[in-house]
Amino acid sequence: MSQEQDGAQASVDESALQQAGDADVALETGAQVPPEQQEPNRWNEALRQIMGGSVVISILAVVLALIVGAILIAVTDPGVQQAAGYFFSRPSDTFEAIWNVVSGAYTSLFQGSIYNFGRPTFASGIRPFMDTLTYATPLIVAGLGVGLGFRTGMFNIGGQGQMLIAAAFCGWVGWSFDLPPVIHLVVAVAAGVVGGALWAGIAGVLKARTGAHEVIVTIMLNWIAFYLISYLLRTPGALQAHGSNNPKSPAILPNAILPQILGPQYQLHFGFIIAIAATIFVWWLLERSSLGFKFRAVGENPHAARVAGISVNSAIIWSMVIGGGLVGLAGVDQVLGTTTGGFGSAIDAGIGFDAITVALLGRSRPLGTFIAGVLFGAFKAGGFLMQAANSIPIDIVLVVQSLIVLFIAAPPLVRAIFRLPKPGPRPPRKQKPATPAPVAEEVAAR
Amino acid sequence: MTTTAEHTVPDATPIVLEKTVVRSRKTPITLSVVAVLSIVLFVIFRRGGDTTFTFAGGRVAPSLPQVVLPTTLTCVILTVVLVLMAAASWWILARRTKVPLWYSSVFAFLFVVAFLTWAAGANSRPLPITSLLLGAVSLSVPYIFGALGGVLSERSGVVNIAIEGQLLAGAFLAAMVASMTGSMWLGLVAALVAGVLVSFILAAFAIKYYVDQVIVGVVINVLVLGLTNFLYSQVLAKDPEFLNNPPLLPAIPIPGLSAIPVIGPVLFDQSIIVYLMYIAVVAVYVGLFHTRWGLRLRSVGEHPQAADTVGINVTGTRFWNVSLAGAIVGLGGAYFTLGSVGSFSEDMTGGQGYIALAAVIFGRWDPVRATLAALLFGFASNLQYTLAAVGSPVPSEFLLMLPYVVTILAVAGFVGYVRGPAASGKPYIKS
Repeated sequence: MSQEQDGAQASVDESALQQAGDADVALETGAQVPPEQQEPNRWNEALRQIMGGSVVISILAVVLALIVGAILIAVTDPGVQQAAGYFFSRPSDTFEAIWNVVSGAYTSLFQGSIYNFGRPTFASGIRPFMDTLTYATPLIVAGLGVGLGFRTGMFNIGGQGQMLIAAAFCGWVGWSFDLPPVIHLVVAVAAGVVGGALWAGIAGVLKARTGAHEVIVTIMLNWIAFYLISYLLRTPGALQAHGSNNPKSPAILPNAILPQILGPQYQLHFGFIIAIAATIFVWWLLERSSLGFKFRAVGENPHAARVAGISVNSAIIWSMVIGGGLVGLAGVDQVLGTTTGGFGSAIDAGIGFDAITVALLGRSRPLGTFIAGVLFGAFKAGGFLMQAANSIPIDIVLVVQSLIVLFIAAPPLVRAIFRLPKPGPRPPRKQKPATPAPVAEEVAAR
Repeated sequence: MTTTAEHTVPDATPIVLEKTVVRSRKTPITLSVVAVLSIVLFVIFRRGGDTTFTFAGGRVAPSLPQVVLPTTLTCVILTVVLVLMAAASWWILARRTKVPLWYSSVFAFLFVVAFLTWAAGANSRPLPITSLLLGAVSLSVPYIFGALGGVLSERSGVVNIAIEGQLLAGAFLAAMVASMTGSMWLGLVAALVAGVLVSFILAAFAIKYYVDQVIVGVVINVLVLGLTNFLYSQVLAKDPEFLNNPPLLPAIPIPGLSAIPVIGPVLFDQSIIVYLMYIAVVAVYVGLFHTRWGLRLRSVGEHPQAADTVGINVTGTRFWNVSLAGAIVGLGGAYFTLGSVGSFSEDMTGGQGYIALAAVIFGRWDPVRATLAALLFGFASNLQYTLAAVGSPVPSEFLLMLPYVVTILAVAGFVGYVRGPAASGKPYIKS
């Protein structure tokens, strides 16, 4: 992969789609309709825009992914298989079995992630949604960090390593020092951010100074961090808890724990407020600051950015450092927020990799990443209940998540499945059949 | 990196002749870092006693006599040689010539010998060289298949991050089909099919719908991981005797070649998948650089507009070559279940597809270099198992870390700025 190709990866889908005449980007930029082709009926036009627009595509992508998930659940269910054995004598049994297993699964998914109607009060009924937000917190900040890399053309697969180093840094501060209440928390969070930033900074510096490909370096740094932390966790005097033989760290001191913002009945901790602040910060950084402008310029076209006088190397390093700091926040959320009783070497819980999907689904934009993080948090929270109540493996959530990203990335496919109109002006009917069709139509028609 | 340009402008000639010598300090710096590291490890933290190397034979090959070296003396001599070589590399640089690759390779080899002597020193158990290399080759097999698939796919212009998914799908379907039918051959065919199916998703989204190829690749990896985990716990785990009990491929010694000491048992007493791997490496190399098919493939990956202009079907070429790449990687996946382990388990590829991807970039998109890079990764991964068995002083975590540190050093020091196929990762939109 060359640098410029990397540079374009976060935006290639856009530029490709834009070239293909897609409306997702056109809607955002507001350049919908060339004046000479405007249709007289504005209501029809508005309806077409909504039906072909990105919101509808996103919703339909979720629906499609859930349908595929339902098919998988139904096909692998022993009850359905049994009923399908005598399908031709009593087909209703098969459909009933399918309905039972699928509706049971998705009811659990909903009740585990949004609202549980089985609980007596609103305060306890809404508890699953609070769990969703808790799960979403590290996903959001890590997704923001990975997305920031995407915007600069850097593909940061090193979320796992950055989270582990951040966990070690903030955990060490969290149990070694005895500081006053607020200061201890601030210092511990800052230590975690610095840890993640340092680890990602290695990849950034190597990329900028020697040209080492960041995909290789971040993958390798994941493993190095994993073994380093594993070693430190089993070494007395390093990260291991005193008087313990398990590879586990001591518990965090109370002053350094992220407070629960809605009282002790919900797990939701202050990290969620930090995640909201981080989202606003990244938005400001990318859209309103000159550093963010440099990031985006380098991401779009490093050669052009260099010609324009932007230091590509410093943009690469700073984007990795800031992105790594954000990913480090995810490690902080884990150590100071959810597992405060000490952590092992699996503290990253796959969030570093999930963050890539979150950033992709959010199209590397801050608000999009936030929403994608909440959605994936909901799948995670609901998936646990689904596994416990309906004994459906939580891995189905991975399938549904990845399908959502795939479908959202390919609007023409979703439109073709649901026979939606193409966005933009209505193609002229029966007037000029010889007119060469735009590429997207040609491709979609194939 | 410094650039010196010497201008020689004779008065009579109108053309300006420019001689540019690009000097890179990266190789000497890397060699010096390693030399300092050797001084620290092998001289300051020196170990006494003797180091014993054994060269066990195979079923056909005879054993070689074991070699006993005095640990301290050998390490010091080798360290002196390494330091001298590092110093000489600065001299080579001062003479404005490039440090040749064989020089770095000899340096690396001597360092490995010194490290092995040191790590297995102090009268610990003898170091079995044959099993060290044998393990390295077995661990390399999926890397090599993955790297070959990656090279093919990326040379045709489609970034293949989905190697991991193709390996996992190949491993899953091979185990299931071979177990259900009891036929290893059908298992191998199933692995091919699984790899191709995953490739179809990649090709459909990347080539037809112009979705960013890196995105599709990453998402496919997650999709295949979720799908195989789900099917494993829903289906395979419920009847492992029937569904997840494939026969293991037997080792077939090649007559003659397998009787060579050390090399014979390591390379020529292997299962059919390993022989298929040798064929695949040669076929991909010859195919890419010496056939019309390879020329077309590379032209589509370097400059699709030009290829289209001369009448090559860009979309079709990419589609079929990505599928072929998937078939090759899928075969590598079969090695997990049919070649080494004997049953499927969740996430059994464990990120090895990403290491294969690293081998592709490390090998600069060349099938032979990528194979060598994959072998290096396999050797480094196997080193810690062997050294742990002989009782080495280094904590196992640091040995496990070693291949990854070496890779970063190598990528930063020797490979540097790499240039992939020009159009790799870019969708071709015909206009």
